[in-house]
Amino acid sequence: MSGTDKGVSERSMGFGLRALNRLAGSSLLDRMRIRGHVERAVFSGSKNGFRTATAAGRTFKAAQRLGKPARQGRRDGGGLFDLTPDDEQGMFKETVSDFAAAKVRPAAGEADAERATPAELLAQANELGVNMLGVPEELGGVVGEGAAVTSALIGEALAHGDMGIAYAALAPGAVATAIARWGSADQEAAYLPAFTSEDPPAAALAILEPLPLFDPTSLRTRARREGSDWILDGTKSLLARPGECELFVVAAAVEDGGPALFAIESGADGLSVEPEPAMGLRPAATGRLLLDGVRLPGEAQLAGGDPSAYAECVQRARIAWCALSVGTAQAALDYVIPYVNERIAFGEPVSNRQGVAFAVSDIGIETEGMRLATYRAASRADQGLPFSHEAALARRLCAAKGMQIGSDGVQLLGGHGFVKEHPVERWYRDLRAAGVMEGALLV
Amino acid sequence: MINLETPKKFKPLVDQANQVATEVFRPISRRYDSEEHAYPKELDMLAALIDGMNEGSDIGGAGAAGVRRSSNGDSDGGNRNGSNLSTVLGIAELCWGDVGLLLSLPRQGLGNSAIASVATEEQLERYGGKWAAMAITEPEAGSDSAAIRTRAELDGDEYVLNGEKIFVTSGDRADLIVVWASLDPARGRSAIKSFIVERDNPGLNLDRLEHKLGIRASDTANFTLQDCRVPKEALLGSPEIDTKQGFGGAMQTFDNTRPLVAAMAVGVTRAALEETRGQLEEAGVELDDAVPAYAQSAAAARFGEMEADYEAARLLTLQAAWMADNGKPNSLQASMAKAKAGRTCVDVTLGCVELCGSAGYAESELLEKWARDAKILDIFEGTQQIQLLIVARQLLGKSSSELR
Repeated sequence: MSGTDKGVSERSMGFGLRALNRLAGSSLLDRMRIRGHVERAVFSGSKNGFRTATAAGRTFKAAQRLGKPARQGRRDGGGLFDLTPDDEQGMFKETVSDFAAAKVRPAAGEADAERATPAELLAQANELGVNMLGVPEELGGVVGEGAAVTSALIGEALAHGDMGIAYAALAPGAVATAIARWGSADQEAAYLPAFTSEDPPAAALAILEPLPLFDPTSLRTRARREGSDWILDGTKSLLARPGECELFVVAAAVEDGGPALFAIESGADGLSVEPEPAMGLRPAATGRLLLDGVRLPGEAQLAGGDPSAYAECVQRARIAWCALSVGTAQAALDYVIPYVNERIAFGEPVSNRQGVAFAVSDIGIETEGMRLATYRAASRADQGLPFSHEAALARRLCAAKGMQIGSDGVQLLGGHGFVKEHPVERWYRDLRAAGVMEGALLV
Repeated sequence: MINLETPKKFKPLVDQANQVATEVFRPISRRYDSEEHAYPKELDMLAALIDGMNEGSDIGGAGAAGVRRSSNGDSDGGNRNGSNLSTVLGIAELCWGDVGLLLSLPRQGLGNSAIASVATEEQLERYGGKWAAMAITEPEAGSDSAAIRTRAELDGDEYVLNGEKIFVTSGDRADLIVVWASLDPARGRSAIKSFIVERDNPGLNLDRLEHKLGIRASDTANFTLQDCRVPKEALLGSPEIDTKQGFGGAMQTFDNTRPLVAAMAVGVTRAALEETRGQLEEAGVELDDAVPAYAQSAAAARFGEMEADYEAARLLTLQAAWMADNGKPNSLQASMAKAKAGRTCVDVTLGCVELCGSAGYAESELLEKWARDAKILDIFEGTQQIQLLIVARQLLGKSSSELR
């Protein structure tokens, strides 16, 4: 194609790029020590082009309001060591595993490429009840007592299909769980019926911020008082499908206080979203939520700002991400076993070599360790026992060993692991999330 | 109901084992490490106490009550927390005190475990109440137990044993040595049987006691068997050379003892972590679970990483024991537990010495001792590499001839 055949806009685009390239090659920028500034300006200029308002959501209307907030009860641990799920958990696990194998895994490659999970798949996941696990029975939920183990088993099973799709499918449930655990009777009445309805909303629990060394106990997002209102400013990172969300629960540092959670309906003034494509979790269409002087009524705060509620939220989120990483690690193990058994090198299966076989052993051992640590933290949460230490241990295991498993999964397939013909490169990208994500999911 | 907490009903047992560890083991821990080969006479009293208790192993011991699987383990379809779980809990607690001393507990040897697991009623009667060590390893056969050369030949009503055995834990102190020997080297693994030899048998000669890196409270003996005659009845299990079952039967002891060694590693690991936590906190290192590893000090992050590995090792060990209690095949999980606990114990104890600096390295504390004791736990009862081999064969569905 010759230059003269190009359309006007294409040519002007080309001209703009040429000018930009000349600017980039200029030593003037370096001499003036302004290269960093200019590059950042160019980057955010292109980025801000995609910034959009949040979705025009439904009006959340209170259905029946209870005198006091309804909460899921504690589970009785029974006093015995036991690794068998109860009947209800077993049923959930089996159903979701079937769904993950039949529907999620086959859709994963395309969802990753398209950065979108098919709406039909999300609807099917909703029909399985995955987003109302944290809702008490009085408010239309299906699980009477603590649902952390149940949620972990479901997260693991879905992520065995695909971690990014699991994130997209489970993210709204985190908001329902947050409202059900820490919301007032009014907040429960206003928001929870939508999550148990046939058309549950997309929603996101936003804690993570785009900062190096991000620490959820020390947030950059601020909430300040103005009369009886709250004014929120800040940026939240890697939300699932933020453009479609109708409700957000956002963590912000309260002036003269610790971090707290706030319920924010989409469409609020000062609220916008922008895409934030990442290394993995791509089917969740990750994006940022920007809060610019967002004004909220005083009652938008959850748990009355109780710092222990926020701390519990952070730990429950870590357990949920652990569950997803366990499922993904198991997927990697299940995938590499037949591969190394069938792949022939030097006249025999590569798995006949200890260098290969021992890597498989380590994947198996560490996956099992991650799983048990995750179950223990979740089970303690369900029993009303302290679980912050156990959640932290599970988190460390899943962040470190999960990533190693992602890496070994690719390594064991060699060059074939590096190309998209096999899913191991996707798991490599997704498993990095277990050490990065905060909030976003809950058990 | 998924619950990974220590069963309430075993809490008294764990508390009791902890008292023994605190009151009996810890105070003499350094002494018997320094005075290698000295007999820890304090243990006689303790052993008598353990004998007097119901079933012997109920406060843990070293699992010498054996690990006979109750065939009706799953009969009521319910969840069982039985002697496998209580034993690993007790052992971990005692090894938090001192692993070398645990291995020196009279009548709690590995040989006792083998006898209790497979002996006939007559053998139990004849050898019960005695201290039995286990002699498997030879100079030319370590992990490859099938390659042992010690011969056993039937001569009338007696077997005649000839060969050399090394690394026999408590070999000098025990009353009995369970010796692995081959009835017919030409017929491979299935011809390997175990024989109970009285320590005072004139054909059993003590060559020397080893000087070791760790577990120095425990004596490690080397023997020569020279025309060592034992009665026919001293053979444990079936005298038939069953090519299908033979070696599997002998190896079954290992299936059952791997979680016990994993439990030893778990106990030593916890000891080092507790000591190090105390020292770090005293030094002003903030150990805050809520803060992500990357935002903590390097020392806190390293400590958290070690604690996480400990948690995985401990839970894998409990899982393997729980499965045995419930009659579920656990060979895979037993090896996973042994592999993870063994390497974690070495990594963590060495890491703790490093974090605590000279206070960790010097003999003023027990950290350096635990780091020396740790290494054997990643070696005996199947090295790290052997465990990885077993795990790999199971996961990949491979035979020992395919994956060697």
